[in-house]
Amino acid sequence: MADDHLHHEDLAGQVPSDPALRIKALESLLVELGLVDPATIDAWIESFEKRIGPHNGAKIVARAWVDPDYKQRLLANGASAIGEMNLLGSQGQHIVVVENTPIVHNLVVCTLCSCYPWPLLGLPPRWYKSAPYRSRAVIDPRSVLREFGLELGPDAEVRVWDSTSEVRYLVLPERPSGTEKMSEAELASLVTRDAMIGTARIPSPGRTR
Amino acid sequence: MNGIHDMGGMHGFGPIAPEANEPVFHEDWEARMFGLRRAMTSPPGFTIDRFRFLRETMPPATYLTWSYYEHWYFATAQSLLQAGMVTIEELRTGRAAAGRPKRNDAMRPESVEAAATRGGNFARAIDAPPRFAVGQAVVTRNLNPTGHTRLPRYARGKRGLIHHWHGAQVFADSSARGDGECPQHLYSVMFSARELWGADAAPQDKVHLDLWESYLDAL
Repeated sequence: MADDHLHHEDLAGQVPSDPALRIKALESLLVELGLVDPATIDAWIESFEKRIGPHNGAKIVARAWVDPDYKQRLLANGASAIGEMNLLGSQGQHIVVVENTPIVHNLVVCTLCSCYPWPLLGLPPRWYKSAPYRSRAVIDPRSVLREFGLELGPDAEVRVWDSTSEVRYLVLPERPSGTEKMSEAELASLVTRDAMIGTARIPSPGRTR
Repeated sequence: MNGIHDMGGMHGFGPIAPEANEPVFHEDWEARMFGLRRAMTSPPGFTIDRFRFLRETMPPATYLTWSYYEHWYFATAQSLLQAGMVTIEELRTGRAAAGRPKRNDAMRPESVEAAATRGGNFARAIDAPPRFAVGQAVVTRNLNPTGHTRLPRYARGKRGLIHHWHGAQVFADSSARGDGECPQHLYSVMFSARELWGADAAPQDKVHLDLWESYLDAL
């Protein structure tokens, strides 16, 4: 395609500078042209505000904690093990789950854009899409983790996963101590979004970090 | 392309600043742009890779000052402009020019639930066997295409090991150009942090990237 002939500067300079007005104009235009149904826009928003979010990924993690066979299947073939729980969706067909241990810490980033396992975690937080995180996670993951309050020992190995293809990565965090008697649902309630990205550990219940 | 989007390893952007109890959307227009992108009828031949490439073509200063869903606006508007489906004047005013044909085949709300939980499948069967085996040493090519690529600058000309073979998938570089899927074998390649960043990196740390076969040579 003839990208050389485009004048990109013109687009930003010729449309309303206020994003609310700019996007309202785009929506009005596409509705008028019959290219979008506003009710479908509402349905997509509702889907990601109400139904799809980190609670989905938390179910996978909790299942893996209580069921060693499931955990094995999950680590061997993430997509099919997650498929068993009916949680695959947009931006999540190819999923690889990587396991944290006392000596291995995994961290997920997308340096080129903001690829993220939507069906399991919902839409990414602002910091995940930001220049500081995208630039630093690969070159200095230890300082990134420190900023999130996570100090790794010098012997720990950090494995960073840069999401450069349609494969999406989910971290299986360590199960915290003091949770031996918890049910799968109780365990799922402990699992945080950041722990599944790799920027946090899950503290033992009843204890702060 | 060697654009501002290729941020891995850059310095100077400051601290990360996570936000406690962050909402899914901060502004109503972010939600509208998200929903619009997912709900709208795209130009013929439009792909996720094309969408990413158009975001990369933003002027660098705009890329850094416009927020995430404004990037979506840019790429969406640009795709419609390129296809001749809208004009700048229409984007500016939000009103269709007189005489524009109207369509009535847009995605319906009842299709959203299935679409949100189905997702895309980018795996493709190809005849060629994979050139590399798990555990094999490889070196990434020093490629500097002006179009879309998923081989970031920081990982070019670097030695790594094949960690996992994902099978063949749609080749993003080709799909972004509008040249079809041209599927290739895709590998998770493991690099030592020291190979990428030098002696200051922790010796045991690793960075993994998913890389297509044509990015790689046997070492």
